[in-house]
Amino acid sequence: MEVILTSVYIAGISAILSMIIYVTDKIVNNYGDVLIDINNQTKELTVKGGASLLSTLGEQRIFIPSACGGKGTCGACKVVVTSDIGPVMPTELPYLSPEELKISTRLACQVKLKTNVEIAIPDELFNIQQYSAKVKSIEQLTYDIREVRLALPEGTDITYKSGQYCQFEVPPYRKVKESTFRAYSMSSNPQDKENVEFIIRLVPEGVVTTYVHELLEMNQEINITGPFGDFHVRDTDAVMVCVAGGSGMAPFKSIFNDMLNQSTFTDREIWYFFGALTTKDMYYLDWLWDLDKKYENFHFVPALSKPQEGEQWNGEVGLITDVMDKYLKKEITGKREGYLCGSPGMLDACMDVMKKNDMDPEKIYFDKFA
Amino acid sequence: MTPDISAFSLLIGAVFTSNILLANYLGMCSFIAISRDINSSNGLGMAVTLVLTITGLINWLILQYILIPLGIIYLRYIVFIVVIAAVVQMLEMIIDRLSQSLYMQLGIYLPLITVNCAILGVALFIEIRQYNFLQTLAYSVGSGLGWWLAIILLAAIRKKTDKSPVPEGLKGTGITMITIGVMAMGFLGFSGMLAVQ
Repeated sequence: MEVILTSVYIAGISAILSMIIYVTDKIVNNYGDVLIDINNQTKELTVKGGASLLSTLGEQRIFIPSACGGKGTCGACKVVVTSDIGPVMPTELPYLSPEELKISTRLACQVKLKTNVEIAIPDELFNIQQYSAKVKSIEQLTYDIREVRLALPEGTDITYKSGQYCQFEVPPYRKVKESTFRAYSMSSNPQDKENVEFIIRLVPEGVVTTYVHELLEMNQEINITGPFGDFHVRDTDAVMVCVAGGSGMAPFKSIFNDMLNQSTFTDREIWYFFGALTTKDMYYLDWLWDLDKKYENFHFVPALSKPQEGEQWNGEVGLITDVMDKYLKKEITGKREGYLCGSPGMLDACMDVMKKNDMDPEKIYFDKFA
Repeated sequence: MTPDISAFSLLIGAVFTSNILLANYLGMCSFIAISRDINSSNGLGMAVTLVLTITGLINWLILQYILIPLGIIYLRYIVFIVVIAAVVQMLEMIIDRLSQSLYMQLGIYLPLITVNCAILGVALFIEIRQYNFLQTLAYSVGSGLGWWLAIILLAAIRKKTDKSPVPEGLKGTGITMITIGVMAMGFLGFSGMLAVQ
């Protein structure tokens, strides 16, 4: 009897105290909805305030490394907080070096969310995810280039910078015994977080491209992982010298549309060199000529390296590197940045030409997938 | 039987003659860990005093109006510690909300003292010695102030020993323990003033 009574008393007292704490928590600890701005608006989360930054991010499936689980004893959960959230607490100090303090690094487990905060974390920490996406549309852009649009599963979205890429996973098929992964730049506008688009060119004997061109069907599910990559527009006022060939159009479609959307398109000179063999390899021409006509600062320079006789062509003729060389010597002057996307051979050739024209190799950007 | 001692004497006695830390050796872990820095010591001392006062009174009320009437005094250990934990947690939330500067000064130490044995010790002494409400108040405040005084003194001494030629093997906690021992003996000198039990 006494045992039961004791248990009841203990349970009762604990329950009452829990209720008091719960009520206090709801009243006192209610900071309302708080906005977390991660990496300069790359991702914005509206969450309930009152808990620690670490646990709140964890609930949002953004996992900051932490060894002690938020007790403030391991010092692993370092996060750069760019907005003002009050002074560093004595509980954090032992884990922060003077350099880290200078850039306002904090321990996520010790920072309590009371107001909107802006934080900076390594991109790969929160962004990369695997999606089981559904094929929404397939469009034949040229005889060997396809535009594939995928819809992400309902309720999920992707946040990326225009110019980044995803890994495509192709299941085993025909003689291919294992799942194969290949990287493709996204050509979609990052504004649209529920769909992604790729431009994929059929490579002879290519495992993934063959699959995409011959077997991929509408509404089929396909796994993609991403976003990855460091290819994105640098925020400077230098002239953008963009060079692409074949399916290398993809990131630039994304970048231009993104810039148009953000109204930064007219902020700087943009040169876009696009190389192909014949007119049959050209696509998106109407769109690009339109941009060229509409915006004075945008210059579209398409070039055919092997124009067929009798073809109607009012662009440049010759290797894209030669054409670019001509323009770099004559028309494009001042501070310049290179943005390249294409085959590894093309990238190297372009690098050479740009370097010869005194462009800083540090300011020539590309993602080499090979 | 409620002891026949005035609340004021109890307050003075709790600070000096029967200092919870130096006479009863309670609350030692945070005492040693935090006393490295005088500012933190001050904050922690303040926090301990605040929590001791509040939990001492709440636990006295619970003892008088719940535990004794229900005849479940044997549950005091569990009940007291649960109450302390809950009160500390609420205090932290409230202080955090009310004043950022106060929170920076003492709020951040609150989680540290949830498990401070001085807090539970005081609650149990109050029960054993059968203090009345006023005496409970005086004893709780006095114990807190005594603890605060002791940690400030130790922090000041440690500042000195940090720069003193301490033998290699005694550096850090070793010399601190010896210092505390000497301090306790010093406080023993007060014991002739008045007897508090």
